[in-house]
Amino acid sequence: MTPPDAPVVESPMLELLTGFIVELRAAGLPVSLTENLDAMQAITHIPLEDRDAFKYALAATLVKNNSHWRAFETVFEVYFSLRGKQYSLGGDVLDLPEADDEDQAQANPDAAGAGAGGGGGEAMSPEQMAEMLFQALKQGDNAMMRALARQAVTRFAGMEPGRPVGGTYYLYRTLRNLDLDSVLQRLMDESNDDAPEPMSPLEERLERDEFENRIDKMKKEIEAEIRRRLVADRGVEAMAKTLRKPLPEDVDFMHASREELLGLRKAMYPLTRKLAVRLARKRRHGRKGPLDFRATVRKSLSYGGVPADPQFRYPRPAKPEIFVIADISGSVAAFARFTLQLVYAISGQFSRVRSFVFIDGIDEVTRFFEGVEDISEAIHRVNTEADVVWVDGHSDYGHAFEVFWEKYGREIGPKTTVIILGDARNNYHASQSWVISEINKKSRHLYWLNPEPRAYWDTGDSIVGEYGAHCDGIYECRNLRQLEKFVDILE
Amino acid sequence: MDYRFDSPASVTTRLRGVDYLSDEAIAGVVFLADRLGKPILVEGPAGTGKTQLAKSVAEILGARLIRLQCYEGLDESKALYEWNYKKQLLRIQAERNNESTWEDIETDIFSDEFLLTRPLLEAITSDEPVVLLIDEVDRVEVETEALLLEILSDYQVSIPELGTIEAKQIPMVFLTSNNTRELSEALKRRCLFLHIDYPDMEREKEIVLTKVPEITDNLADQITRIVRSIRQLELKKSPSVSETIDWARTLLLLGVDTITEAEAIETLNILLKYQSDITRATKEFSADTNQRRPGVPRTS
Repeated sequence: MTPPDAPVVESPMLELLTGFIVELRAAGLPVSLTENLDAMQAITHIPLEDRDAFKYALAATLVKNNSHWRAFETVFEVYFSLRGKQYSLGGDVLDLPEADDEDQAQANPDAAGAGAGGGGGEAMSPEQMAEMLFQALKQGDNAMMRALARQAVTRFAGMEPGRPVGGTYYLYRTLRNLDLDSVLQRLMDESNDDAPEPMSPLEERLERDEFENRIDKMKKEIEAEIRRRLVADRGVEAMAKTLRKPLPEDVDFMHASREELLGLRKAMYPLTRKLAVRLARKRRHGRKGPLDFRATVRKSLSYGGVPADPQFRYPRPAKPEIFVIADISGSVAAFARFTLQLVYAISGQFSRVRSFVFIDGIDEVTRFFEGVEDISEAIHRVNTEADVVWVDGHSDYGHAFEVFWEKYGREIGPKTTVIILGDARNNYHASQSWVISEINKKSRHLYWLNPEPRAYWDTGDSIVGEYGAHCDGIYECRNLRQLEKFVDILE
Repeated sequence: MDYRFDSPASVTTRLRGVDYLSDEAIAGVVFLADRLGKPILVEGPAGTGKTQLAKSVAEILGARLIRLQCYEGLDESKALYEWNYKKQLLRIQAERNNESTWEDIETDIFSDEFLLTRPLLEAITSDEPVVLLIDEVDRVEVETEALLLEILSDYQVSIPELGTIEAKQIPMVFLTSNNTRELSEALKRRCLFLHIDYPDMEREKEIVLTKVPEITDNLADQITRIVRSIRQLELKKSPSVSETIDWARTLLLLGVDTITEAEAIETLNILLKYQSDITRATKEFSADTNQRRPGVPRTS
């Protein structure tokens, strides 16, 4: 463990910073040597006792991508929070500030209680505490909320030293006991009663947003408190390692947790826009056509025969037609939602995109994406209205492809790019890979994106290799990074 | 070298003097950029004051703002410098009857007189203090980014015929990006990174009060609360700070003291620019909030 007075002494600070940067790299942030040096230089200009300035100095030099901010913040909190101002409790005098810095937070409930009970004394009953929480939230009293967060963690989290669990479990226990949902309800009821006349829906909504905002703040306080104690218990490096999470672009579509999915969805919108821009850019790339010799000579006459103003031919951009065929069966459910978003993004950008979804039957869903403003609505319609189940609703690639070929095969032309999305887990049905081969012969390009890790390909009922033999390219596509890589080669 | 700012706090105060309300991150990064002599890459949603930051910094420094608006197809002849081709041709033609040698003409036509400076070259050759703003740098192609690298890291421009032109003074440089594509590592490495997001409610309220001085405190409070609620919805385009200010001005003109539901819905088209977003927000505001489906995650 690092001594609490580290910022004053120079070499422990350097050591801490080096550890900090090593951890950032371990978390996946690309920190180059120059950036490392910049950071070291930057903090010499910043008063070290100003924690915020210190944080922003490090962020400005080390984090060059906003989606990495969360990862940076987590690591920063772990490395630099022990001596943060949180311990001074918003100006209140704390009897035993070092209590939690030592190894066992659990051993000193009284100390924390004394510090936290700014108005309530040591032996608060749960009811008193709930009341204080209610008042603090109602008035938006940040110092009190912070104190209550400490108190709540001490009381409810049941933290035991040395247990190798992350903070999530403790957080869950604390929140369950505080029951913030009913607090919110009570807050709403109260302000409804206090209002001179019944609140309009708008007012009510604003009020609710305000309270929800405060409750979020409270949750963050609790989380920070738990993290501080865990760091004190288990040391900086171990904790940083536990809290390490993949960056948004590395989150696996198939195994994303609920929280990560939410994050993915948030990251999705800018990404789809980014993809669309890139696709459009690809098409417009090299806008100047080749030199038009005849026109250049003609133009040069006005400069006395000097070709001062070279002329170029107009480019003839190819108008790609894109067919997207996506597996939406249960085995790739998480991926399917993602692919549908991708289809939506592509179809907004190109005039001729046709999309198909299949499980064991196949259906065209282009119509659901046309003129739809709201992607979730389109996805909902695809999931409910598309006719994709033929027999039992288990993937049957062979049958789906066969039907596709029969119904739509003749519409594939030399300008068509076909993209197939799926894990090729065929439940041991016939593969009908001749269809893929035929599609490849007729189309311009045929790509396959597989959401499974490459190591699992062709194991069990996966027959991606058999299909892949007939494709122009087959790509592992498990996270945004890999998808972006694919888009780069996509024309 | 003299530094332009004493401390992050002085940046905040001086920016406030020109009606730009910064936060710790903004002030800290501007301060550092001055100390380290590095460009700032400013990123964030549209309408959060990225370009305005450069303008305001130029204003407090009393510097000239040189702006390079990026677009697809920007090349060095538009960004760095260009030889005045036509003037060179004229010069050659005028020489035709004289006795001058090939070398004379060559040294002559590749001199300063025939050089057209473009924003980047102009910024580093200027004698007076300048702030260089490279706007929407994400719009140029990856290859074109390379043009900027030399000037960003060494503050110099190499012209094959003339040699290297070094900066007379190190200007403050701001690059803005709407993040439509990933910028190259090389570019990012040379810059300090600053992400400007939508301001929190208190700061936005201050901004509204500063920009629309006639407004009442109560109305500003209400406006920013509604805007915060709207930003929490999943929209195509969240309202920007400038749209918040427009809305405040509109409500003031309409003589509104407290915003009722009807007024909010009627004037929503100032905040939101897509019909689907407007429909969405209208529905959200007129619906009874108690009936919000449980378990539907809100975006924060």
